[in-house]
Amino acid sequence: MAANGAAGNEQHLMKVSGVCKQFGFVQALKNVSFEIGTNEIVGLIGDNGAGKSTLIKTLTGVHPADAGELYWKGRRLGNFSVHAARDMGIVTVFQDRALSEQHSIWRNIFMGKELTGWGGFMRVRRQKQETQRLMKEMMGFTSSFVTPDTPVGNMSGGERQGVAICRALYFEAGLIILDEPTGGLSLSETKKVLKFVASIKESGKSCIFLSHNMYHVYPVADRIVILDRGEIVNTFVKGQISIEQLEARLLEIAGTSDVDLKVPVGSKAVARG
Amino acid sequence: MNRGRDFFYKYRIEFAVLGVFFALITVFAIANPRVFLNYRAYMAVFTTLGASIVLVTANVFVVASGEMDLSFPSIIGLSAMVFGVIARAGANPWVGLLAALATGVACGFLNGILVTRVGLSSLVSTLGMNFLLRGLIMILSGGLAIPLTELLETPIWKIFAGTLGVFPVQLFWGLGFAFLGWLLFARHRFGGHVCYTGDNLTSAKEMGIRVDRVKTLTFMLMGFSAGFVGVLVTLLNSTFWPTTGDGYLLLILAAVFLGGTPTWGGIGTIWGAVIGAFILGFIETGIVAAGLTGFYTQFFYGVILILALISHRYVGLKKK
Repeated sequence: MAANGAAGNEQHLMKVSGVCKQFGFVQALKNVSFEIGTNEIVGLIGDNGAGKSTLIKTLTGVHPADAGELYWKGRRLGNFSVHAARDMGIVTVFQDRALSEQHSIWRNIFMGKELTGWGGFMRVRRQKQETQRLMKEMMGFTSSFVTPDTPVGNMSGGERQGVAICRALYFEAGLIILDEPTGGLSLSETKKVLKFVASIKESGKSCIFLSHNMYHVYPVADRIVILDRGEIVNTFVKGQISIEQLEARLLEIAGTSDVDLKVPVGSKAVARG
Repeated sequence: MNRGRDFFYKYRIEFAVLGVFFALITVFAIANPRVFLNYRAYMAVFTTLGASIVLVTANVFVVASGEMDLSFPSIIGLSAMVFGVIARAGANPWVGLLAALATGVACGFLNGILVTRVGLSSLVSTLGMNFLLRGLIMILSGGLAIPLTELLETPIWKIFAGTLGVFPVQLFWGLGFAFLGWLLFARHRFGGHVCYTGDNLTSAKEMGIRVDRVKTLTFMLMGFSAGFVGVLVTLLNSTFWPTTGDGYLLLILAAVFLGGTPTWGGIGTIWGAVIGAFILGFIETGIVAAGLTGFYTQFFYGVILILALISHRYVGLKKK
């Protein structure tokens, strides 16, 4: 890791090239290639079952890819793992939010990345102070009922999402992956989350925003990638496409999957032709 | 908020258990003031309490990690046998102590492998290990005890089975072990990882915690403490009995749950479990001193355990 990544193209933060992943007989990802630029918000749209979560688990080292390569700042990543991903600054805010519900906010913020002093003992006061600061400056918690010691299980869905996103920003993530961050949230809570996404852009970081809801993705994304049944079917720079055109394109893609369901397996090729 | 009230709220479960303990002592003291206002009654209970405290401390880690260990009674027995055989052979008993600890850790490691690598349920696999190891002790010892009276008054006996003033020294070993356990559980990153693993395994994995390693280390800690208790008990009795450790299983688990560590994992309290061990330690003495026969002991264990679990619900210990 001594060399400073001189090789390769510098403009991409991360590059995904020809990634395939199979679970049993299900081909979850088919030859997926795309790039994430520096300080770019990439919106990844796909229906349920399009392979979004599998793709994210591949990018964060949870599942190894069956084929294909990953590049980080132009350097090829071999022997990729969850730890390697975190060390490089790829942080995911998962759909289930990866929180420990019986534990306090401060424990959740520093979960797995504790601030430790001598011999691995935690610097508890320091962690609580940092949490208090984050809660004031980033999460906008001003209520005196919510303290760093409040269990996460007592908080609302939007607040939990706030804890998870702040945790990602706190650890100086270079690339934040948001997995359905607006799923199950009310309108006002969704607005808050979209504000967080905009603040990721302002702080000079990159983000992959996964959602099946184009109306949440479109306003904040610089580039939109459409994933359908494990394949990337379209990539648009935001200026290239209006929200109406995007909607029409998504409906068209959804339409082809309806056809697939109706046509018997043997005549699939005919239906597509 | 008020600092004192915060402290009380944070440790409300421990305070509730402590309340049960003092209520119990009060009842016993009223029933038989002659015995319970005399320090000797307490010292008699404290003699065997140290070993229980060591065991409940390690058990809180196991339960908080979302697993169960039912094999520690036989690990105590096997470690005690290893210690007894080495000491009997005339070797340095300190070597016996190290060998007993190593035996315990090795058994714990095996438990960890069975659960994390082979993927067995810890409840059933450690039950199997409990039978297997006890059977092994019986086969190897032929069911015979090993007398170790030559260790009486030797340095190792004084250090692990003697007295400090009027107090049995094992009580201090127990409390010292519990203090170190509390540091590890509540102040060290490892304790945090144990709790996150038990709270939500998927979340813990996603946050980069090596859950299999954490669980294996937790079983090894349980094995270590069982090995230590094997030596404590053997020195206290100056004899290795093939049944060593047998009576601990339900008593230790009861103390942990009574103390406020919930069965579903993710959280736990070392001090609660220690108080739980005190409560169960006093019940037997208290019942006999109160003039009831020993037949009432188990009945009262059950009553106290169920009442304690009900009281936990009132201090907010519920699965979400």
